[in-house]
Amino acid sequence: MLKLHELTARETIKKILSKETTAEEFIQSIFERIHKFDGKVNAYVTLVEGTALKKAKVIDKKISEGKTVGRLAGVPIAIKDAICTQGIPTTCSSRMLENFIPPYNAEVIERINQEDGIIIGKTNMDEFAMGSSTETSYFGPTHNPWDLSTVPGGSSGGSAACISSSEAILSLGTDTGGSIRCPASYCSVVGLKPTYGLVSRYGLIAYANSLEQIGPMTKNVYDSALFLSVIAGHDSKDSTSVNETQKDYTKFVKDTVQGIKIGVPKEFFGEGTNQAVEKQVWNSIHKLEELGASYEETSLPTLEQSLATYYIIAMSEASSNLARFDGIRYGYRVDKDEGDWATVYSQDRKIGFGAEVRRRIILGTYALSTGYYSKYYLKALKIRTLIRNNFEKAFKKFDVIIGPTMPFPPFKIGEKIEDPLALYMSDVDTVSANLAGLPAISIPCGFTDGLPIGMQIMAPVLREDLTLQVAYTFEHNTDFKNQKPSIE
Amino acid sequence: MKRQHVSKKDVEHVASLAHIELSDQEKALFTEQFNDILEYFKKIDSVDTNGVEPTYHVLDLSNVSRTDETKPSLSTEEALRNTPKKEKKFFKAPRIV
Repeated sequence: MLKLHELTARETIKKILSKETTAEEFIQSIFERIHKFDGKVNAYVTLVEGTALKKAKVIDKKISEGKTVGRLAGVPIAIKDAICTQGIPTTCSSRMLENFIPPYNAEVIERINQEDGIIIGKTNMDEFAMGSSTETSYFGPTHNPWDLSTVPGGSSGGSAACISSSEAILSLGTDTGGSIRCPASYCSVVGLKPTYGLVSRYGLIAYANSLEQIGPMTKNVYDSALFLSVIAGHDSKDSTSVNETQKDYTKFVKDTVQGIKIGVPKEFFGEGTNQAVEKQVWNSIHKLEELGASYEETSLPTLEQSLATYYIIAMSEASSNLARFDGIRYGYRVDKDEGDWATVYSQDRKIGFGAEVRRRIILGTYALSTGYYSKYYLKALKIRTLIRNNFEKAFKKFDVIIGPTMPFPPFKIGEKIEDPLALYMSDVDTVSANLAGLPAISIPCGFTDGLPIGMQIMAPVLREDLTLQVAYTFEHNTDFKNQKPSIE
Repeated sequence: MKRQHVSKKDVEHVASLAHIELSDQEKALFTEQFNDILEYFKKIDSVDTNGVEPTYHVLDLSNVSRTDETKPSLSTEEALRNTPKKEKKFFKAPRIV
């Protein structure tokens, strides 16, 4: 029989509602697991065991009294530490926010609470979500449960690792250029970046606001659809929130790809793509063909420029968004009463921010400065238009576009961190979905030398239904979701 | 020979615009890394963008406004809770002029 921590969210809720077990037992079992393994994995930066247990008892009481409970009743949920949680430290894995305790909840947290989900802790990440390996965290790297000497991907590395190691049942990540999909691929879990604007960003600490979205990280596709149904929907507190009516996305979790047309851009298998990854993703496309879909190789020439375009825009937006960290209202402040404002401010930011964050702020400032604005920032925004147009054209012909999530399997901790550009290259297949605002999901599709490989499925704007349907059909007809790492 | 896009002096200048102090060692390292990254960014130069409108945002949104009504907000105490330095009911900032 499966142990409690091995269950999916759907199974967890069923067991709690049928009174086969209690929410309290679930929370206890998850924390037992965390205490046993997180010393090795380092998925969490903050745990809230006491409040989680209290909340579980409240839910158990509601159930025993026959009252209605929410759609996530009793499910232990981990939250990326870039999302504000009232009364619980929210650090962005940065020294800058080491002592920051938000006075309010992000909208997604309010929605989880309303549906009786139980927040158990905050997860480790690349500092301010800037990275692809969770190595830039002020609190040390997260380790990949499949091989503790390798990276879990990033920036939502903690949120992916805790699902893979069964230290949480659901988690939230954020994705600016692949930060949900990359760690989902590297840890063999399901990670969905929703359409830009579908999920409220209210209470998400901004890195590059025109690109990022909050999204679910889960053990399987059904849970992804369930969690998305809770967090998606219009929020008047986010001015970029799409006016979509709320949907039950679990309706789209269907075992059929009959008639689905798949586009496979050759640029997704460009130079630098690992052969085992290429082979396994192609095997997966052939599997979908066998199940009733058709595919065609195609070309999206603008993909060649998407990585440079993404980094220019992301760094520019970061330089503006992170200007707020001045150590006055919150954040790190040097202990010094001497010196004028500019000196103190510059020292706060020297000590409060790690190297990668400083690199991106300075390069972003450069790309926006007089004389370089047109050459870098404006040029990148124009190419962004061409990238969108390219996708729009492709989606006239195809229902979904499929390729690898990551060009190569998880690498060793420390292997790339000294060479920023080499690390940026790992985002080559994920950034275009952010530039065009498209929904994209990464699902497990195989292994090479015991390390996970992920397949990315992209769809037109607001067609999460298609990504979920194709992803579920693949998952249901293969066995990758049942393979778990052994960290015992 | 790699092309020099920025000098150490340029990096110093931009870092001061961004209000980030850098150590001497870091100035040298960042200069080298920035030149690598900017060399890679040259990839966008070859794209013909004549007559192409920039995309600031993927959604076709216009300004979103709400009615001017007061809603519950943070108390002074709550607003001050995260500040490293305060005095009475105020944030305490370094000297500005």
